[in-house]
Amino acid sequence: MPVFNQSRSNIIRLIFGGMFLIIFAQLFNLQVVSDKYKKMAQENALFPKRIYPTRGIIYDHRNRAILNNTIMYDLMVTPSQVKNIDTGYFCQLMEIDTAEFRARVIDARYKNGPFRPTIFEDLLPPDLYAKLEENIWRFPGFNLQERPVRTYPYDAGAHIMGYVGEVDSNILRRSNYYYQLGDYVGRSGLEQFYEKQLMGQRGIEYWIKDNKNRLVGHYANRDLDTPAIAGRNLHTYLDIELQQLAEKLLANKVGAIVAIEPKTGGILAMASSPDYDPNSLTGPDKQKNYGKLVLDVRAPLLNRAIKGLYQPGSTYKPLAALIGLDEGVITPASGIACTGFYYGCNKVYKCTEKAPGHAANLRLAIANSCNSFFYNTFRLELDNPQLHGPRNGLMKWKEYVNKFGLGERVGVDLPSEDAGNIPDTLAYDREYHGSWNSCTMVTMGIGQDKMQVTPLQIANAMCIVANKGSFYIPHFVEKVDGESPDDTILNKYRQKHSVLSHISDADYETVISGMQDVTEIGTARIARIPGINMCAKTGTAETYLSLEGRRTKLNNNSIFVCFAPRENPQIAIAVVIQNAGFGARWAAPIGSFLVEKYLRDTLTAERVKQATVIANTNLVPGYFVRLQFITDSLRGETWAKQTGDSSRLKRFLDRSLRKEMLDTLIRQSVRVTIPFGPRPKIATAVTDTTKRKITDSALIKKTQPARIRKPDSLKLHKPDSLRNHKTDSGTIRETEPNPLHKPDSNKIPGAETRTKTSDFPRKRNMGITAGHSSPETSGKSVQGLAIKPEEQPAVQQDDSKNKTA
Amino acid sequence: MTQRNASLVKGADRWLVLLWFILSAIGVISIFAATYRDGENVLQGFISLKTDYSRQALFFLLSGVAGIFILLTDSKFFTATANLWYAFGILLMLIVFPFHSNIKGTESIIRLGSSVQIQPADICKIFVNLALAKYLSRVETDFARPRSQIIAAIIALVPAGLSIMQKETGLALVYFSFFLVMFREGLPPYVLIIGFSFAVLVVATLLLDPNLLALILTGIAALAIFILRKQVKRHRSILFAIASVWFVCVGIQRFVVPFAFDHIFQPYQVKRIYDAIGKDYVPKDAEAALEIEQKAGSKKKTSSNYNVKQSKIAISNGGLLGKGLLSGTQTRYDFVPEQRTDFIFCTIGESFGFTGSVLFLSIYGILLMRIVTIAERQRSVFSRAYAYGVASVFFFHIAINICMTIGLAPVIGIPLPFVSYGGTSLLTFSVMLFILVKLDSDRQMVLR
Repeated sequence: MPVFNQSRSNIIRLIFGGMFLIIFAQLFNLQVVSDKYKKMAQENALFPKRIYPTRGIIYDHRNRAILNNTIMYDLMVTPSQVKNIDTGYFCQLMEIDTAEFRARVIDARYKNGPFRPTIFEDLLPPDLYAKLEENIWRFPGFNLQERPVRTYPYDAGAHIMGYVGEVDSNILRRSNYYYQLGDYVGRSGLEQFYEKQLMGQRGIEYWIKDNKNRLVGHYANRDLDTPAIAGRNLHTYLDIELQQLAEKLLANKVGAIVAIEPKTGGILAMASSPDYDPNSLTGPDKQKNYGKLVLDVRAPLLNRAIKGLYQPGSTYKPLAALIGLDEGVITPASGIACTGFYYGCNKVYKCTEKAPGHAANLRLAIANSCNSFFYNTFRLELDNPQLHGPRNGLMKWKEYVNKFGLGERVGVDLPSEDAGNIPDTLAYDREYHGSWNSCTMVTMGIGQDKMQVTPLQIANAMCIVANKGSFYIPHFVEKVDGESPDDTILNKYRQKHSVLSHISDADYETVISGMQDVTEIGTARIARIPGINMCAKTGTAETYLSLEGRRTKLNNNSIFVCFAPRENPQIAIAVVIQNAGFGARWAAPIGSFLVEKYLRDTLTAERVKQATVIANTNLVPGYFVRLQFITDSLRGETWAKQTGDSSRLKRFLDRSLRKEMLDTLIRQSVRVTIPFGPRPKIATAVTDTTKRKITDSALIKKTQPARIRKPDSLKLHKPDSLRNHKTDSGTIRETEPNPLHKPDSNKIPGAETRTKTSDFPRKRNMGITAGHSSPETSGKSVQGLAIKPEEQPAVQQDDSKNKTA
Repeated sequence: MTQRNASLVKGADRWLVLLWFILSAIGVISIFAATYRDGENVLQGFISLKTDYSRQALFFLLSGVAGIFILLTDSKFFTATANLWYAFGILLMLIVFPFHSNIKGTESIIRLGSSVQIQPADICKIFVNLALAKYLSRVETDFARPRSQIIAAIIALVPAGLSIMQKETGLALVYFSFFLVMFREGLPPYVLIIGFSFAVLVVATLLLDPNLLALILTGIAALAIFILRKQVKRHRSILFAIASVWFVCVGIQRFVVPFAFDHIFQPYQVKRIYDAIGKDYVPKDAEAALEIEQKAGSKKKTSSNYNVKQSKIAISNGGLLGKGLLSGTQTRYDFVPEQRTDFIFCTIGESFGFTGSVLFLSIYGILLMRIVTIAERQRSVFSRAYAYGVASVFFFHIAINICMTIGLAPVIGIPLPFVSYGGTSLLTFSVMLFILVKLDSDRQMVLR
């Protein structure tokens, strides 16, 4: 055996050892030193999944959820698992053809790869969901995924509550990239204003994903996860029934209503017309519906209550009187000899009232809305000798008016409120080159000229009058759940602003008396409610329109403000109906219905009839048809220019079609039923004998066609379950049984004895409902059977109905 | 019976058996960690024999049984039948050509029935080892003569050639490890050095920028001249030799390899070679690109480049102490392809980190050193040559496999002994080891 062979064994050992050392070195490099691959490992296998909390719920003043969450379903597809399915049957269910099916699956494959689920169709309509859920086992690779969606159970308050939508690049930038693409965020209304409170706090879960990007499990025992915190609920002052009534009264009209509780500044109702079905912006067709709303020249998305600028007209007069009294230029005894004309300036100004003595003193002047008196008052205010000239007079006057909240943003908790306009000297200097006097803008004395205010501002001004100089900033939200001292958003709404308390109570009393006379002996006698001392003022403002270069006088805006009851003001209302006519003709009754509904919690049968007539009267100005035509054809032209596709434009050139198009808006008057009237017979048959009350809206929905806004919005009405599960949480304000209602003639025999007494609580609730029982018996039984609202759960199952049926 | 047991245990090297047991057990556990899915019933998984780890455990058991049988055999049996086995092995490899089945792009596997697969190129290692040991131990063999060296090389390389013809280059390379045995038995060292240098040069050509490599080569040549400057002064021929070696190296690097890639190999073959070392291959023209694409359609799609990257990520993710068994994010979720077979080390690397990896590799190190120690205590050349053969084959497998997973070697599919998933592989390595144990236990008896 050669000697070298012995040493060679050592060489071989060395080779082995050397190799192992090299391996150890590389392992040390990879595992201990290098960071590069560890980062790649994180990217490889960790997926930070955002967990979205449920958004907060918005409640009305009686704890009814008026903006809630519901679950809708998305149909998801995982392309790699789609094998051997009955495509024909599937397409039949989905109502698509096989080519479309294939295209969508391929699209999903492109978007997310074959192994991850991708949306095949989002937000399935309920009927389709039901069909699919039954059959989903037949289609491997498809599954239904829950998606929380906002729902408006009362179909009301669209403008107030707003809607959520995906974030755009602007919001992304403004939020400092707190949001990410695809996030939902409040885009208008309370949803936007209280976004921080409603959205809650997002959580992050770290998931492990596998080589095909499927999420397979939690990382590190969920130690690093932060849980999502649900959004906080908002409790508002809104009375959803009042809101519904206001919206229904505004149907077929253009205008706005604002109702405020003067004691708190809480907004009880805020309606703007034309409006839209809020649920149409949550369902599967939201994009389509939104597109339609945007293109409508009547601007259904516009909240006219805070963005509509109107001349207040005569509704400004009580304020003018207060300013005059405080400045000392008039006294309660001041009067004017008006015969229908005001001759104080070079030009003759008209007054609507001609009867002699109608402005013998301030009270009468307000009651009869004498223009001459207030022209004079305005001039006295401007030419106040203490102020040395109309320039100072105007500025002083402006200061007063601004203090009444006109011409400045009120600060309501809604985004994008308008300020309105109270002109100052600058505006007139510009127009009249400095040479003007109190006669130049004398019509401002009756709330016209350059004065522009929003309905919210006049309603707020009424609160100031009702409160005799003080007010709270009008707001919707009373409290936010889980409020801490850090939440400052509501602080400014809880402060009392005593802006005009220096005006003496006697002055206020004079003006308030004048306003009460308005309903008693003055212009708004139509609005009088027996038993309620209502202080009101009507307004009729002239409007003009410049369309296609022509300035035409339109019908006057019909305006009405009021607060009631006089002794203890609980509600202040402003109603503006655009181009409708006299204030007393349309706006006054509407305001009166709302006051009655709020204070008595019901309307009498006769009043319901009147309200229905008003609600069904179409007062939409005709010029919208023309305007829509012009706008649409211009859009068609732009489209043709941009794309070379003139098909859209041609529609407008075709004479036969043109007439039809011009007609479309006129025909769009919708039938409205006022839901707070006598309960129909059919509901009687299924009444419960328990002590529970059923929501009136539920009953109405069942028997009467719901308010229809647009033909295609029908299917978006809330599901049955939602309707039935809501029960009224009872009457808060005590009301006497109305003596006017008559016994129901066509009630079911036999049902009478059973339902006689137990039925009554609902009647209390609904006001004048079907009179099975005579007023006397009901009056007795009320006390025994009415259930206090506190004792009732906010949401009740209505299976009690079935038990007794 | 007792006698038998005594003879079974007597003389058997307990270290080897223990190491064999530890490594095979680690193998089963690693495969379990790599393939277990959350929620599986472990017991059921083991009993049903449908899971990979249960099959591996079964073969672990079978290997033990085979080991016992080997220990019961007379050690003379192996010397006597070595050549016969070799002939049998070659025959098996030839049978593959008409009867092979196409699995994973190789043509080296025979299927018997639905579940049993035989890869003769793999099994043949044992036979070559036996035959080589037999040849070296012949009395008439004088290994100092080139003729004997060439014959020994032929014995080792015939299966390698057949293996290459079966498109199983990885296994073919294993047979080159027998040169270590020959080196121990007297092969001149320059053969190893030249062979190794050539391999390094070719790989370096592929890995490094051509100019940089040329610079490095020049640097090495200059260094050699500097170190040997005194000799160079005396003998000009050394300078000439160094210059010519340098010239040949640069020539290979600059011209031979590119020429071979452009004109001798098909583009798809070049692509595979590039993939194997984890680099992207840019085809020289559109025609070549098209050809690669056509070939890629029928071959496996994941590129080795991806494998290596994922494997490195997984091992790196282990850190110093590891993520713990069944807690690795990379190896648990199939990021590394072929994880239970060729890339099984990733599981260990990620689960137990640097510490665990070093411990694990140390077991291999101890095994190899132990085999060398055993080899050196043999009295017969046959036993010693066989032992070195075992050590070389193990070493080659371990080194290439681990280097493959940490990005130091091209990806050629060869398994990690005892640990990688694969019944035949485990059985082959176990049989190899147990023959050594048997030979060692009879080392006093067998002289020649």
